[in-house]
Amino acid sequence: MKPLHSLTIKEVHEGYKNGDFTCTDLVKHFLKRIEKYNPQLNIYLSLNPKALEQAGAIDREIKEKGIDRPLLGIPFAIKDNFLTLGIETTAGSNILKGYQPQYESSVTRKLLDAGAIFLGKTNMDSFAHGSSTETSDFGPTLNPWNPEHLPGGSSGGSAAAIAAELATAALGSETAGSVRQPAAWCGVTGFKPTYGRAGRYGCIAMASSTDSPGPLAKNIADAALITKVISGQDPFDATTSSLPVDDYPQFLDKQDLKGIKIALVKEYLLPQMRPDVKDLILNAVSKLKELGATVEEISLLDPKYSIGVYTVIQRSEVSSNLSRFDGIRFGHDRDLFCQESKRRIMLGTYTLSAGYYDAYYKKALAVRTKIVDEFSKVFENYDAIVGAVSPGPAQKVGATKDQPMFGEMEDVLLEASSIAGLASAGVPCGFVDNLPIGLQITCAQFNEKKAFEIADCYQRNTSHQVFPNLDETL
Amino acid sequence: MHKAQNITADDVRKIAKLANLKVSPDEVDKFAGQFSQTVEVVNELNEIDTAGIPETYQVTNLVNITRDDVVDHSRILSQESALSQAKKTHTSFFVVSRVIDSTDEI
Repeated sequence: MKPLHSLTIKEVHEGYKNGDFTCTDLVKHFLKRIEKYNPQLNIYLSLNPKALEQAGAIDREIKEKGIDRPLLGIPFAIKDNFLTLGIETTAGSNILKGYQPQYESSVTRKLLDAGAIFLGKTNMDSFAHGSSTETSDFGPTLNPWNPEHLPGGSSGGSAAAIAAELATAALGSETAGSVRQPAAWCGVTGFKPTYGRAGRYGCIAMASSTDSPGPLAKNIADAALITKVISGQDPFDATTSSLPVDDYPQFLDKQDLKGIKIALVKEYLLPQMRPDVKDLILNAVSKLKELGATVEEISLLDPKYSIGVYTVIQRSEVSSNLSRFDGIRFGHDRDLFCQESKRRIMLGTYTLSAGYYDAYYKKALAVRTKIVDEFSKVFENYDAIVGAVSPGPAQKVGATKDQPMFGEMEDVLLEASSIAGLASAGVPCGFVDNLPIGLQITCAQFNEKKAFEIADCYQRNTSHQVFPNLDETL
Repeated sequence: MHKAQNITADDVRKIAKLANLKVSPDEVDKFAGQFSQTVEVVNELNEIDTAGIPETYQVTNLVNITRDDVVDHSRILSQESALSQAKKTHTSFFVVSRVIDSTDEI
Protein backbone atom coordinates (compact mmCIF):
# COMPACT_ATOMS: atom_id res chain seq x y z
CA MET A 1 0.00 0.00 0.00
CA LYS A 2 1.08 3.59 -0.67
CA PRO A 3 2.12 5.57 2.42
CA LEU A 4 -0.78 7.52 3.94
CA HIS A 5 0.63 10.92 2.96
CA SER A 6 0.71 9.91 -0.72
CA LEU A 7 -2.99 9.11 -1.05
CA THR A 8 -5.38 11.18 -3.16
CA ILE A 9 -8.85 12.09 -1.90
CA LYS A 10 -10.35 9.10 -3.68
CA GLU A 11 -7.71 6.77 -2.23
CA VAL A 12 -8.25 8.11 1.31
CA HIS A 13 -11.97 7.42 0.98
CA GLU A 14 -11.28 3.89 -0.27
CA GLY A 15 -9.00 3.35 2.72
CA TYR A 16 -11.72 4.54 5.12
CA LYS A 17 -14.30 2.28 3.45
CA ASN A 18 -12.04 -0.77 3.59
CA GLY A 19 -11.11 -0.05 7.19
CA ASP A 20 -7.40 0.13 6.25
CA PHE A 21 -6.92 3.19 8.50
CA THR A 22 -8.97 5.79 10.36
CA CYS A 23 -9.09 9.57 10.05
CA THR A 24 -7.28 9.70 13.41
CA ASP A 25 -4.48 7.53 11.93
CA LEU A 26 -4.22 9.82 8.93
CA VAL A 27 -4.19 13.06 10.93
CA LYS A 28 -1.61 11.63 13.37
CA HIS A 29 0.52 10.57 10.42
CA PHE A 30 0.44 14.08 8.93
CA LEU A 31 1.12 15.77 12.28
CA LYS A 32 4.18 13.58 12.72
CA ARG A 33 5.37 14.41 9.22
CA ILE A 34 4.76 18.11 9.83
CA GLU A 35 6.78 17.91 13.05
CA LYS A 36 9.63 16.32 11.10
CA TYR A 37 9.76 18.55 8.02
CA ASN A 38 8.09 21.84 8.92
CA PRO A 39 11.00 23.29 10.93
CA GLN A 40 13.12 23.28 7.78
CA LEU A 41 10.50 24.07 5.12
CA ASN A 42 8.41 26.61 7.12
CA ILE A 43 5.16 25.61 5.42
CA TYR A 44 2.69 25.79 8.32
CA LEU A 45 2.41 28.98 10.39
CA SER A 46 -0.04 27.48 12.87
CA LEU A 47 -1.70 24.13 13.50
CA ASN A 48 -5.31 23.38 14.29
CA PRO A 49 -5.29 22.61 18.04
CA LYS A 50 -8.47 20.55 17.65
CA ALA A 51 -7.43 18.43 14.65
CA LEU A 52 -7.24 15.15 16.54
CA GLU A 53 -10.47 15.77 18.41
CA GLN A 54 -12.23 16.53 15.10
CA ALA A 55 -10.70 13.42 13.51
CA GLY A 56 -12.22 11.32 16.31
CA ALA A 57 -15.66 12.77 15.59
CA ILE A 58 -15.23 12.04 11.88
CA ASP A 59 -14.27 8.44 12.64
CA ARG A 60 -17.49 8.02 14.61
CA GLU A 61 -19.47 9.55 11.72
CA ILE A 62 -17.88 7.19 9.20
CA LYS A 63 -18.66 4.22 11.43
CA GLU A 64 -22.30 5.24 11.77
CA LYS A 65 -23.16 6.63 8.37
CA GLY A 66 -20.35 5.77 6.00
CA ILE A 67 -18.86 8.41 3.71
CA ASP A 68 -21.79 10.63 2.86
CA ARG A 69 -19.95 13.95 2.49
CA PRO A 70 -17.62 14.67 -0.46
CA LEU A 71 -14.54 15.64 1.59
CA LEU A 72 -15.23 13.67 4.76
CA GLY A 73 -12.03 13.15 6.73
CA ILE A 74 -9.78 14.79 4.12
CA PRO A 75 -6.88 16.65 5.80
CA PHE A 76 -6.41 20.15 4.36
CA ALA A 77 -3.75 22.84 4.55
CA ILE A 78 -5.39 26.29 4.46
CA LYS A 79 -3.70 29.46 3.23
CA ASP A 80 -3.44 31.88 6.11
CA ASN A 81 -5.56 34.59 4.47
CA PHE A 82 -8.78 32.64 5.05
CA LEU A 83 -10.45 33.41 8.36
CA THR A 84 -10.82 30.21 10.39
CA LEU A 85 -12.63 30.10 13.72
CA GLY A 86 -10.38 28.75 16.44
CA ILE A 87 -7.17 28.95 14.38
CA GLU A 88 -4.99 32.08 14.39
CA THR A 89 -5.07 33.90 11.04
CA THR A 90 -2.29 36.31 10.07
CA ALA A 91 -2.16 36.61 6.26
CA GLY A 92 1.61 36.27 6.76
CA SER A 93 1.78 39.68 8.44
CA ASN A 94 2.86 40.89 11.87
CA ILE A 95 -0.13 43.25 11.73
CA LEU A 96 -2.42 40.28 12.35
CA LYS A 97 -0.11 38.31 14.63
CA GLY A 98 -2.29 36.68 17.28
CA TYR A 99 -5.55 37.53 15.49
CA GLN A 100 -8.37 35.12 16.34
CA PRO A 101 -11.01 35.36 13.59
CA GLN A 102 -14.54 36.23 14.67
CA TYR A 103 -16.15 34.32 11.83
CA GLU A 104 -15.41 31.56 9.33
CA SER A 105 -14.70 32.41 5.67
CA SER A 106 -17.29 31.22 3.16
CA VAL A 107 -15.01 28.76 1.38
CA THR A 108 -13.53 27.23 4.53
CA ARG A 109 -17.10 26.94 5.87
CA LYS A 110 -18.00 25.01 2.71
CA LEU A 111 -14.96 22.75 3.11
CA LEU A 112 -15.91 22.05 6.74
CA ASP A 113 -19.53 21.37 5.78
CA ALA A 114 -18.20 18.88 3.21
CA GLY A 115 -16.36 17.09 6.03
CA ALA A 116 -12.81 18.42 5.56
CA ILE A 117 -10.46 18.59 8.51
CA PHE A 118 -7.95 21.45 8.76
CA LEU A 119 -4.42 20.53 9.77
CA GLY A 120 -3.30 24.15 9.94
CA LYS A 121 -2.68 27.45 8.19
CA THR A 122 0.03 27.90 5.58
CA ASN A 123 2.63 30.56 4.97
CA MET A 124 2.14 33.16 2.24
CA ASP A 125 3.50 36.44 1.04
CA SER A 126 2.48 39.07 3.57
CA PHE A 127 -1.12 40.03 2.63
CA ALA A 128 -0.49 37.97 -0.55
CA HIS A 129 1.78 40.75 -1.82
CA GLY A 130 4.24 38.73 -3.80
CA SER A 131 4.92 35.65 -5.89
CA SER A 132 7.62 34.07 -3.77
CA THR A 133 6.35 33.64 -0.16
CA GLU A 134 9.53 35.55 0.64
CA THR A 135 7.66 38.70 1.75
CA SER A 136 6.07 36.78 4.64
CA ASP A 137 6.85 38.38 7.99
CA PHE A 138 7.44 34.86 9.29
CA GLY A 139 10.26 33.91 6.93
CA PRO A 140 10.15 32.28 3.51
CA THR A 141 8.82 28.81 2.81
CA LEU A 142 11.40 26.67 1.04
CA ASN A 143 10.76 24.60 -2.07
CA PRO A 144 10.48 20.87 -1.24
CA TRP A 145 12.23 20.00 -4.51
CA ASN A 146 15.26 22.05 -3.55
CA PRO A 147 15.37 24.11 -0.34
CA GLU A 148 17.72 26.64 -1.95
CA HIS A 149 14.77 27.72 -4.07
CA LEU A 150 11.51 29.53 -3.38
CA PRO A 151 8.11 27.86 -3.60
CA GLY A 152 6.51 30.74 -5.52
CA GLY A 153 3.53 32.56 -4.16
CA SER A 154 1.56 34.00 -2.79
CA SER A 155 0.02 30.58 -1.94
CA GLY A 156 3.54 29.17 -1.52
CA GLY A 157 2.85 27.41 1.78
CA SER A 158 -0.20 25.61 0.39
CA ALA A 159 1.67 24.54 -2.77
CA ALA A 160 4.67 23.34 -0.75
CA ALA A 161 2.32 21.47 1.64
CA ILE A 162 1.10 19.42 -1.33
CA ALA A 163 4.59 18.92 -2.80
CA ALA A 164 6.05 17.88 0.58
CA GLU A 165 2.94 15.73 1.19
CA LEU A 166 2.13 17.44 4.47
CA ALA A 167 -1.61 17.45 3.64
CA THR A 168 -3.91 15.56 1.29
CA ALA A 169 -5.23 18.78 -0.27
CA ALA A 170 -4.86 22.53 0.16
CA LEU A 171 -6.70 25.80 -0.28
CA GLY A 172 -5.07 28.86 -1.83
CA SER A 173 -6.22 32.06 -3.44
CA GLU A 174 -5.22 33.83 -6.60
CA THR A 175 -5.23 37.51 -7.46
CA ALA A 176 -3.01 37.04 -10.51
CA GLY A 177 -1.17 33.74 -10.50
CA SER A 178 -1.02 33.09 -6.77
CA VAL A 179 -2.38 29.54 -7.12
CA ARG A 180 -1.04 28.53 -10.53
CA GLN A 181 2.48 29.94 -10.10
CA PRO A 182 3.38 28.30 -6.75
CA ALA A 183 1.72 25.10 -8.05
CA ALA A 184 4.10 25.24 -11.04
CA TRP A 185 7.19 26.04 -8.95
CA CYS A 186 6.38 23.20 -6.52
CA GLY A 187 5.28 20.75 -9.23
CA VAL A 188 1.69 20.28 -8.04
CA THR A 189 -1.75 20.80 -9.53
CA GLY A 190 -3.57 24.10 -9.00
CA PHE A 191 -6.85 25.53 -10.18
CA LYS A 192 -8.08 29.11 -10.43
CA PRO A 193 -11.87 29.22 -10.85
CA THR A 194 -13.63 32.04 -12.67
CA TYR A 195 -13.80 35.29 -10.69
CA GLY A 196 -17.07 35.16 -8.73
CA ARG A 197 -17.36 31.36 -8.84
CA ALA A 198 -16.23 30.91 -5.20
CA GLY A 199 -17.04 33.48 -2.51
CA ARG A 200 -14.44 35.90 -1.14
CA TYR A 201 -16.18 36.53 2.19
CA GLY A 202 -13.61 36.03 4.94
CA CYS A 203 -10.70 35.88 2.51
CA ILE A 204 -8.45 38.79 3.52
CA ALA A 205 -8.74 41.07 0.51
CA MET A 206 -5.91 41.97 -1.82
CA ALA A 207 -7.47 43.12 -5.13
CA SER A 208 -11.21 42.59 -4.82
CA SER A 209 -11.92 42.65 -8.55
CA THR A 210 -9.68 39.62 -9.25
CA ASP A 211 -9.31 37.69 -5.92
CA SER A 212 -10.37 34.06 -6.49
CA PRO A 213 -10.07 31.20 -3.99
CA GLY A 214 -8.83 27.96 -5.54
CA PRO A 215 -7.43 24.52 -4.63
CA LEU A 216 -3.93 23.04 -4.76
CA ALA A 217 -3.97 19.27 -5.01
CA LYS A 218 -2.25 16.01 -5.85
CA ASN A 219 -4.03 15.77 -9.17
CA ILE A 220 -6.69 17.51 -11.24
CA ALA A 221 -9.41 15.06 -10.14
CA ASP A 222 -8.95 16.18 -6.53
CA ALA A 223 -8.89 19.82 -7.66
CA ALA A 224 -12.18 19.31 -9.55
CA LEU A 225 -13.88 17.86 -6.50
CA ILE A 226 -12.66 20.66 -4.22
CA THR A 227 -13.62 23.35 -6.75
CA LYS A 228 -17.12 21.93 -6.90
CA VAL A 229 -17.39 22.10 -3.10
CA ILE A 230 -16.19 25.72 -2.75
CA SER A 231 -18.13 27.11 -5.74
CA GLY A 232 -21.56 28.67 -5.89
CA GLN A 233 -23.39 31.87 -5.06
CA ASP A 234 -22.40 33.25 -1.68
CA PRO A 235 -25.02 35.39 0.05
CA PHE A 236 -22.12 37.18 1.81
CA ASP A 237 -20.33 38.13 -1.43
CA ALA A 238 -22.48 40.07 -3.90
CA THR A 239 -19.93 39.53 -6.68
CA THR A 240 -20.49 35.77 -6.78
CA SER A 241 -22.45 34.36 -9.71
CA SER A 242 -25.89 32.79 -9.51
CA LEU A 243 -25.07 30.46 -12.41
CA PRO A 244 -25.44 26.81 -11.39
CA VAL A 245 -22.20 24.96 -10.55
CA ASP A 246 -21.34 22.17 -12.96
CA ASP A 247 -20.59 18.72 -11.58
CA TYR A 248 -16.88 18.98 -12.47
CA PRO A 249 -15.85 15.41 -11.56
CA GLN A 250 -18.32 14.22 -14.19
CA PHE A 251 -16.13 15.78 -16.91
CA LEU A 252 -13.07 13.73 -15.97
CA ASP A 253 -11.87 10.39 -17.34
CA LYS A 254 -12.53 11.27 -20.99
CA GLN A 255 -10.77 8.86 -23.29
CA ASP A 256 -9.35 11.47 -25.64
CA LEU A 257 -9.56 15.14 -26.62
CA LYS A 258 -11.20 14.68 -30.01
CA GLY A 259 -13.13 17.76 -31.06
CA ILE A 260 -11.32 20.06 -28.61
CA LYS A 261 -9.82 23.20 -30.17
CA ILE A 262 -6.82 24.69 -28.41
CA ALA A 263 -5.02 27.97 -29.05
CA LEU A 264 -1.30 28.41 -28.47
CA VAL A 265 -0.51 32.09 -28.02
CA LYS A 266 2.57 33.09 -30.01
CA GLU A 267 3.40 36.05 -27.75
CA TYR A 268 3.32 33.82 -24.64
CA LEU A 269 6.37 31.88 -25.83
CA LEU A 270 8.44 34.79 -24.58
CA PRO A 271 11.71 35.60 -26.31
CA GLN A 272 13.45 35.59 -22.91
CA MET A 273 12.03 32.16 -22.05
CA ARG A 274 14.60 29.42 -21.60
CA PRO A 275 14.67 27.08 -24.61
CA ASP A 276 14.31 24.01 -22.39
CA VAL A 277 11.17 25.49 -20.81
CA LYS A 278 9.79 26.30 -24.25
CA ASP A 279 10.50 22.71 -25.32
CA LEU A 280 8.47 21.34 -22.39
CA ILE A 281 5.50 23.51 -23.39
CA LEU A 282 5.78 22.42 -27.02
CA ASN A 283 6.03 18.78 -25.87
CA ALA A 284 2.80 19.27 -23.92
CA VAL A 285 1.20 20.74 -27.04
CA SER A 286 2.29 17.65 -29.02
CA LYS A 287 0.75 15.45 -26.36
CA LEU A 288 -2.56 17.34 -26.55
CA LYS A 289 -2.52 16.85 -30.34
CA GLU A 290 -1.72 13.17 -29.92
CA LEU A 291 -4.78 12.92 -27.66
CA GLY A 292 -6.94 14.25 -30.47
CA ALA A 293 -7.10 18.01 -29.86
CA THR A 294 -6.43 20.45 -32.68
CA VAL A 295 -3.92 23.14 -31.73
CA GLU A 296 -3.50 26.37 -33.67
CA GLU A 297 -1.17 29.27 -33.09
CA ILE A 298 -2.86 32.61 -32.44
CA SER A 299 -1.76 36.14 -31.64
CA LEU A 300 -2.80 38.21 -28.61
CA LEU A 301 -1.81 41.55 -27.11
CA ASP A 302 1.80 41.41 -25.89
CA PRO A 303 1.63 40.11 -22.27
CA LYS A 304 3.97 42.95 -21.20
CA TYR A 305 0.95 45.27 -21.25
CA SER A 306 -0.92 43.08 -18.78
CA ILE A 307 1.90 43.82 -16.31
CA GLY A 308 1.05 47.52 -16.40
CA VAL A 309 -2.71 46.95 -16.23
CA TYR A 310 -2.42 44.51 -13.36
CA THR A 311 0.07 46.64 -11.43
CA VAL A 312 -2.25 49.65 -11.44
CA ILE A 313 -5.48 47.76 -10.71
CA GLN A 314 -3.93 45.65 -7.97
CA ARG A 315 -2.07 48.47 -6.20
CA SER A 316 -5.10 50.74 -6.38
CA GLU A 317 -7.36 48.09 -4.87
CA VAL A 318 -4.69 47.19 -2.30
CA SER A 319 -4.46 50.79 -1.13
CA SER A 320 -8.20 50.87 -0.60
CA ASN A 321 -8.53 47.40 0.98
CA LEU A 322 -5.60 47.80 3.37
CA SER A 323 -6.83 51.11 4.73
CA ARG A 324 -8.98 49.04 7.10
CA PHE A 325 -5.90 47.93 9.03
CA ASP A 326 -5.90 50.73 11.56
CA GLY A 327 -5.09 48.72 14.69
CA ILE A 328 -8.35 49.85 16.29
CA ARG A 329 -10.89 47.06 15.79
CA PHE A 330 -8.39 44.24 15.30
CA GLY A 331 -4.73 43.71 14.56
CA HIS A 332 -1.76 45.93 15.27
CA ASP A 333 -0.51 49.31 14.12
CA ARG A 334 0.08 50.22 10.44
CA ASP A 335 3.78 50.67 11.23
CA LEU A 336 4.08 46.89 11.02
CA PHE A 337 3.36 46.67 7.29
CA CYS A 338 6.34 45.11 5.51
CA GLN A 339 8.13 47.15 2.83
CA GLU A 340 6.39 45.34 -0.02
CA SER A 341 2.95 46.12 1.42
CA LYS A 342 3.93 49.74 2.03
CA ARG A 343 5.11 50.05 -1.56
CA ARG A 344 1.88 48.60 -2.91
CA ILE A 345 -0.39 50.70 -0.71
CA MET A 346 1.54 53.86 -1.54
CA LEU A 347 1.72 53.31 -5.28
CA GLY A 348 -2.01 52.58 -5.28
CA THR A 349 -2.64 55.74 -3.29
CA TYR A 350 -0.66 57.61 -5.94
CA THR A 351 -2.49 56.09 -8.95
CA LEU A 352 -5.86 56.86 -7.36
CA SER A 353 -4.96 60.38 -6.29
CA ALA A 354 -6.29 63.56 -7.88
CA GLY A 355 -4.53 64.31 -11.14
CA TYR A 356 -3.34 60.75 -11.73
CA TYR A 357 -6.63 58.83 -11.52
CA ASP A 358 -7.44 59.26 -15.23
CA ALA A 359 -3.89 58.81 -16.45
CA TYR A 360 -3.25 55.59 -14.56
CA TYR A 361 -6.35 53.96 -13.11
CA LYS A 362 -8.83 54.71 -15.90
CA LYS A 363 -6.23 54.01 -18.56
CA ALA A 364 -5.50 50.59 -17.01
CA LEU A 365 -9.20 49.78 -16.86
CA ALA A 366 -9.62 50.70 -20.54
CA VAL A 367 -6.76 48.39 -21.55
CA ARG A 368 -8.40 45.77 -19.34
CA THR A 369 -11.49 46.06 -21.58
CA LYS A 370 -9.28 45.37 -24.60
CA ILE A 371 -7.85 42.26 -22.92
CA VAL A 372 -11.33 41.01 -21.95
CA ASP A 373 -12.64 41.55 -25.51
CA GLU A 374 -9.65 39.82 -27.04
CA PHE A 375 -10.20 36.71 -24.89
CA SER A 376 -13.92 36.69 -25.70
CA LYS A 377 -13.09 36.59 -29.41
CA VAL A 378 -10.59 33.75 -28.91
CA PHE A 379 -13.14 31.68 -26.99
CA GLU A 380 -15.65 32.02 -29.83
CA ASN A 381 -13.37 29.70 -31.80
CA TYR A 382 -11.34 27.81 -29.22
CA ASP A 383 -12.08 25.79 -26.07
CA ALA A 384 -8.84 26.67 -24.32
CA ILE A 385 -5.57 28.56 -24.44
CA VAL A 386 -2.42 26.76 -23.35
CA GLY A 387 1.00 28.06 -22.41
CA ALA A 388 3.64 28.13 -19.70
CA VAL A 389 2.67 29.25 -16.21
CA SER A 390 6.03 30.90 -15.52
CA PRO A 391 8.90 31.94 -17.80
CA GLY A 392 11.20 29.62 -15.83
CA PRO A 393 11.51 27.29 -12.83
CA ALA A 394 11.52 28.31 -9.15
CA GLN A 395 13.95 31.12 -8.41
CA LYS A 396 16.49 31.04 -5.61
CA VAL A 397 15.88 32.23 -2.07
CA GLY A 398 16.75 35.93 -1.97
CA ALA A 399 15.68 36.60 -5.56
CA THR A 400 13.06 39.16 -4.56
CA LYS A 401 15.43 41.47 -2.69
CA ASP A 402 14.97 45.04 -3.93
CA GLN A 403 12.86 43.87 -6.88
CA PRO A 404 9.74 46.03 -6.56
CA MET A 405 8.16 44.36 -9.62
CA PHE A 406 9.27 40.77 -8.93
CA GLY A 407 5.79 39.30 -8.73
CA GLU A 408 4.44 41.19 -11.70
CA MET A 409 7.35 40.09 -13.88
CA GLU A 410 7.16 36.44 -12.78
CA ASP A 411 3.41 36.36 -13.38
CA VAL A 412 3.56 37.94 -16.84
CA LEU A 413 1.84 34.90 -18.39
CA LEU A 414 -0.95 34.80 -15.79
CA GLU A 415 -2.01 38.42 -15.35
CA ALA A 416 -4.15 38.73 -18.48
CA SER A 417 -6.31 35.70 -17.61
CA SER A 418 -6.68 36.96 -14.04
CA ILE A 419 -7.72 40.50 -14.90
CA ALA A 420 -10.27 39.00 -17.33
CA GLY A 421 -11.54 36.66 -14.57
CA LEU A 422 -11.05 33.43 -16.56
CA ALA A 423 -10.95 29.82 -15.33
CA SER A 424 -7.53 28.16 -15.51
CA ALA A 425 -5.84 24.92 -14.55
CA GLY A 426 -2.13 24.60 -13.77
CA VAL A 427 -0.53 21.17 -14.15
CA PRO A 428 3.10 20.02 -14.06
CA CYS A 429 4.58 19.26 -17.50
CA GLY A 430 8.20 18.27 -16.79
CA PHE A 431 11.47 19.40 -15.20
CA VAL A 432 14.44 21.62 -15.92
CA ASP A 433 17.44 21.62 -13.54
CA ASN A 434 15.50 19.13 -11.36
CA LEU A 435 12.83 21.79 -10.78
CA PRO A 436 9.25 21.45 -12.02
CA ILE A 437 7.62 23.47 -14.83
CA GLY A 438 3.90 24.11 -15.13
CA LEU A 439 1.43 24.24 -18.01
CA GLN A 440 -1.65 26.45 -17.88
CA ILE A 441 -4.91 25.44 -19.55
CA THR A 442 -7.12 28.51 -19.58
CA CYS A 443 -10.80 28.57 -20.54
CA ALA A 444 -13.61 31.11 -20.79
CA GLN A 445 -15.39 32.38 -17.69
CA PHE A 446 -17.53 29.65 -16.10
CA ASN A 447 -16.10 27.01 -18.41
CA GLU A 448 -14.24 25.27 -15.57
CA LYS A 449 -15.49 21.92 -16.82
CA LYS A 450 -13.53 22.21 -20.06
CA ALA A 451 -10.31 23.12 -18.24
CA PHE A 452 -10.80 20.10 -15.96
CA GLU A 453 -11.56 17.82 -18.91
CA ILE A 454 -8.44 18.81 -20.83
CA ALA A 455 -6.11 18.93 -17.81
CA ASP A 456 -7.34 15.56 -16.57
CA CYS A 457 -6.92 13.84 -19.94
CA TYR A 458 -3.41 15.32 -20.22
CA GLN A 459 -2.51 14.32 -16.66
CA ARG A 460 -3.73 10.74 -16.97
CA ASN A 461 -1.77 10.28 -20.19
CA THR A 462 1.51 11.71 -18.88
CA SER A 463 3.48 11.11 -15.70
CA HIS A 464 4.65 14.59 -14.70
CA GLN A 465 2.67 14.82 -11.44
CA VAL A 466 5.32 13.35 -9.13
CA PHE A 467 6.49 14.13 -5.60
CA PRO A 468 9.99 14.61 -4.16
CA ASN A 469 11.56 12.19 -1.73
CA LEU A 470 12.23 14.68 1.07
CA ASP A 471 14.94 12.54 2.60
CA GLU A 472 16.88 13.05 -0.63
CA THR A 473 16.00 16.64 -1.53
CA LEU A 474 16.37 18.24 1.91
CA MET B 1 -1.51 61.09 -22.94
CA HIS B 2 0.91 62.09 -20.22
CA LYS B 3 4.66 62.19 -19.91
CA ALA B 4 6.71 59.79 -17.83
CA GLN B 5 6.66 60.84 -14.20
CA ASN B 6 9.64 61.02 -11.98
CA ILE B 7 8.52 60.47 -8.41
CA THR B 8 10.46 62.62 -5.97
CA ALA B 9 11.21 62.21 -2.27
CA ASP B 10 8.62 64.93 -1.58
CA ASP B 11 6.01 62.95 -3.52
CA VAL B 12 6.82 59.87 -1.45
CA ARG B 13 6.39 61.79 1.82
CA LYS B 14 3.06 63.19 0.61
CA ILE B 15 1.77 59.79 -0.49
CA ALA B 16 2.86 58.25 2.81
CA LYS B 17 0.81 60.85 4.66
CA LEU B 18 -2.24 60.20 2.48
CA ALA B 19 -1.87 56.44 3.10
CA ASN B 20 -1.35 56.95 6.84
CA LEU B 21 2.03 55.21 6.74
CA LYS B 22 5.32 56.15 8.32
CA VAL B 23 8.38 55.91 6.10
CA SER B 24 11.97 56.18 7.26
CA PRO B 25 14.36 58.60 5.53
CA ASP B 26 16.06 55.59 3.89
CA GLU B 27 12.74 54.34 2.61
CA VAL B 28 11.82 57.74 1.17
CA ASP B 29 14.80 57.72 -1.22
CA LYS B 30 14.51 54.04 -1.98
CA PHE B 31 10.78 54.22 -2.69
CA ALA B 32 11.18 57.32 -4.90
CA GLY B 33 13.49 55.37 -7.20
CA GLN B 34 11.40 52.21 -7.11
CA PHE B 35 8.11 54.04 -7.73
CA SER B 36 9.61 55.83 -10.72
CA GLN B 37 10.70 52.44 -12.04
CA THR B 38 7.20 50.99 -11.60
CA VAL B 39 5.52 53.99 -13.20
CA GLU B 40 7.84 53.60 -16.16
CA VAL B 41 6.49 50.08 -16.75
CA VAL B 42 2.92 51.33 -16.33
CA ASN B 43 3.56 54.12 -18.84
CA GLU B 44 4.02 51.50 -21.55
CA LEU B 45 0.21 51.39 -21.58
CA ASN B 46 0.31 54.70 -23.45
CA GLU B 47 1.43 52.74 -26.50
CA ILE B 48 -2.12 51.34 -26.64
CA ASP B 49 -4.88 53.44 -28.14
CA THR B 50 -7.87 53.36 -25.81
CA ALA B 51 -9.83 56.28 -27.28
CA GLY B 52 -13.55 55.61 -26.87
CA ILE B 53 -12.99 52.33 -24.98
CA PRO B 54 -14.97 52.10 -21.73
CA GLU B 55 -13.37 51.03 -18.46
CA THR B 56 -13.90 47.53 -17.05
CA TYR B 57 -14.34 47.79 -13.28
CA GLN B 58 -15.59 44.25 -12.85
CA VAL B 59 -15.61 41.32 -15.22
CA THR B 60 -18.73 39.23 -14.70
CA ASN B 61 -21.22 41.96 -15.63
CA LEU B 62 -23.32 41.74 -12.50
CA VAL B 63 -25.29 44.90 -11.79
CA ASN B 64 -26.88 46.15 -8.56
CA ILE B 65 -27.01 42.94 -6.56
CA THR B 66 -29.34 43.58 -3.65
CA ARG B 67 -30.99 41.64 -0.88
CA ASP B 68 -34.15 42.17 1.12
CA ASP B 69 -33.83 44.96 3.67
CA VAL B 70 -34.38 42.77 6.69
CA VAL B 71 -32.16 42.03 9.66
CA ASP B 72 -30.18 38.85 9.03
CA HIS B 73 -28.54 37.75 12.26
CA SER B 74 -26.15 35.41 10.45
CA ARG B 75 -24.40 38.51 9.06
CA ILE B 76 -23.98 40.26 12.37
CA LEU B 77 -21.25 39.86 14.97
CA SER B 78 -22.30 40.07 18.57
CA GLN B 79 -20.97 43.13 20.36
CA GLU B 80 -18.73 40.90 22.46
CA SER B 81 -17.30 39.22 19.39
CA ALA B 82 -16.85 42.51 17.49
CA LEU B 83 -14.85 43.94 20.39
CA SER B 84 -12.91 40.77 21.14
CA GLN B 85 -9.88 41.63 18.99
CA ALA B 86 -9.62 45.34 19.83
CA LYS B 87 -6.68 46.48 21.94
CA LYS B 88 -8.56 49.32 23.63
CA THR B 89 -12.23 49.27 24.52
CA HIS B 90 -14.31 51.32 26.90
CA THR B 91 -17.80 50.33 28.11
CA SER B 92 -18.50 48.28 24.98
CA PHE B 93 -17.02 50.82 22.53
CA PHE B 94 -13.82 50.91 20.50
CA VAL B 95 -11.36 53.54 21.70
CA VAL B 96 -9.90 55.58 18.84
CA SER B 97 -7.25 58.29 18.70
CA ARG B 98 -8.38 61.88 18.89
CA VAL B 99 -8.70 63.47 15.44
CA ILE B 100 -10.52 66.73 16.24
CA ASP B 101 -8.18 69.63 17.01
CA SER B 102 -5.28 67.44 16.07
CA THR B 103 -2.22 69.40 15.00
CA ASP B 104 -1.42 66.78 12.42
CA GLU B 105 -2.64 68.31 9.17
CA ILE B 106 -3.46 66.14 6.21
